[in-house]
Amino acid sequence: MASDTLIDANAVDYLIVLLYFGVVLGIGVVARRQVSDSVDFFLSGRSLPAWVTGLAFISANLGAVEIMGMSASGAEFGLPTVHYFWVGAIPAMLFLGIVMMPFYYGSKVRSVPEFMRRRFGTGAHLVNSLSFAVAQLLIAGINLYLLGSIIHALLGWPLWVALVVAAAIVLSYITLGGLSAAIYNEVLQFFVIVAALLPLTLIGLHRVGGYGGLKDKITEAASAGGDIAPAEQQLNSWPGQALSGFDSPLFSVIGIVFGLGFVLSFGYWTTNFVEVQRAMASDSISSARKTPIIGAFPKMFVPFITILPGMIAAVLVSEIADVKAGETVPGGASGEGVAYNDALLYLMRDTLPNGLLGLAIAGLLAAFMAGMAANISAFNTVLSYDLWQQYVVKERDDSYYLLVGRLATVAATFIAIFTATLASNFSNIMEYLQVLFGFFNAPLFATFILGMFWKRMTPTAGWVGLVSGTLSAVAVAFLSEDAFGSWSSGVIPIGGQGAAFLAAAAAFVVDIVVSVAVSLVTKPKPVSELRGLVYSETPREDLVDADEASYPWYRRTLPLAGVALAMVVILNFAF
Amino acid sequence: MPTPRTRKPVVAPERRHKAGILDIRNIIGLLLTTYGVILTLTGIVADPQHDKTGGVNANLWAGLALLVVGLAFVAWARLRPVLVPEQPAEDD
Repeated sequence: MASDTLIDANAVDYLIVLLYFGVVLGIGVVARRQVSDSVDFFLSGRSLPAWVTGLAFISANLGAVEIMGMSASGAEFGLPTVHYFWVGAIPAMLFLGIVMMPFYYGSKVRSVPEFMRRRFGTGAHLVNSLSFAVAQLLIAGINLYLLGSIIHALLGWPLWVALVVAAAIVLSYITLGGLSAAIYNEVLQFFVIVAALLPLTLIGLHRVGGYGGLKDKITEAASAGGDIAPAEQQLNSWPGQALSGFDSPLFSVIGIVFGLGFVLSFGYWTTNFVEVQRAMASDSISSARKTPIIGAFPKMFVPFITILPGMIAAVLVSEIADVKAGETVPGGASGEGVAYNDALLYLMRDTLPNGLLGLAIAGLLAAFMAGMAANISAFNTVLSYDLWQQYVVKERDDSYYLLVGRLATVAATFIAIFTATLASNFSNIMEYLQVLFGFFNAPLFATFILGMFWKRMTPTAGWVGLVSGTLSAVAVAFLSEDAFGSWSSGVIPIGGQGAAFLAAAAAFVVDIVVSVAVSLVTKPKPVSELRGLVYSETPREDLVDADEASYPWYRRTLPLAGVALAMVVILNFAF
Repeated sequence: MPTPRTRKPVVAPERRHKAGILDIRNIIGLLLTTYGVILTLTGIVADPQHDKTGGVNANLWAGLALLVVGLAFVAWARLRPVLVPEQPAEDD
């Protein structure tokens, strides 16, 4: 290659990027003045309005993995990728707000694992907090890797220098301001990322001749044959065989609805502390419930600025089109050949003038940092409250655990640098992550939902169910064709996302069956200890905000959720 | 210094101040407005690079849009300021 950088940025672009970094660090410094105790640091003092936590809720997820992964999937599979949003996120977010949030917020726990401890005792708690902490470190590493690779692509710095610099910036703003700084930055990041991706999408569409032109070009490219999905599968979200990996349309729909829509997404959105933590930072139970519901509205339109640019890149950018036609193209952000993950970067190179280019770069860097910051701020809460305070050094004063939290942040950042190198060994990041979520989240959702609604479920069943569910997901992944790459044996003839769906579904079913069986032969907790934790033992007034009935409809939880659900159904029919 | 929790017979009006720059809307508004200015100027001064954009002055249009959105946020924060209850001095 003649030049080492993928994108030619000029002074205006750098100015825009530097400005963003200045503001991010500034927020850390300003937020620091507000942090006076550990509730401030870890839960933002429970003081933020619902629209702020709602945007932070989806921004925490709108990280590198989502933006690069979804545009990559859009380039490769086309429209079926929207299922990750309309089937795989919105219903679960609404469910979280309506059904589960009252328990989380109302029981005054500081983390999702803490809820686990109050409901099931230390066995399930330890399993949950350890697996969560480990997962966060891995995911933070993946975010960091993508962050490093875009800095590498942009500035030509060696990957390891880029990793260290990126990690240092994230570290400084979280240690300075804690969760407040992380949430403020997430909200800011949301606007910057929209300002970056919207022009990219619009210019891209303009270049290919509108949505009609895009369809024609995809059809033309697909008719050339090769290994890619036929055009009608790329241009309709259902039944999405190429995405799910099932040959039969019926199984594909079942796989997507049950595997992705129910098990994976409910597991992810309703028990993932990274997300739930944002809602816990809000100012009332009503705001906490509305957090994921308000987040659902922008979330359903995110596909239009992530998947659509990916689809455009696959017909407009010659490198990505060649990759899709089955060729190997040298270059790419990693330097090891162009991959679908590079779709957005190439589209930026080809369509954005200097100026907007800088904004797009700032947006991507913002997203990647925010994603990593979200993982790390959730990690430090769980480590200091759930692991350190619970099992290692008990009953010290608040400032001690605040210090532990800050040190955990530093340690997590260093570990993330190492996991970043690990992440580079997996070609399709999305797939790797789905596999991980399947292990950790699907059994969690089963245990939570059973525990919240069945008071007979015992502490022993809590941890046994979790462990057996997770193990069965691992087993399915090993037996599938490619969930673990070359380690998978291929006994079960299913690959791609379908394998992840199947692993998650297996984890869910095994967890429920084992939990019920174990509950029937072990001793339940006394009913008096279950108030606020189990539906039947919690007074109705503990679960709702007394003030909410006086709000206009657009500020109430249920009407908002109804509108969101109707909109997402319409979107599913439209595409 | 610990503040004793004395129960006053008459509830004194809570001391409040505006959040000012700490208001997230101001931060968003100022950043987007600044970006709007930079892009609009770039759109006017620099080569619009029509080969990339397909004949649209993308910087100019995006800059103007950002200006509108950014100023809207600042205006929102001005019109409906967040009032923060004043904390008793117990920092550090």
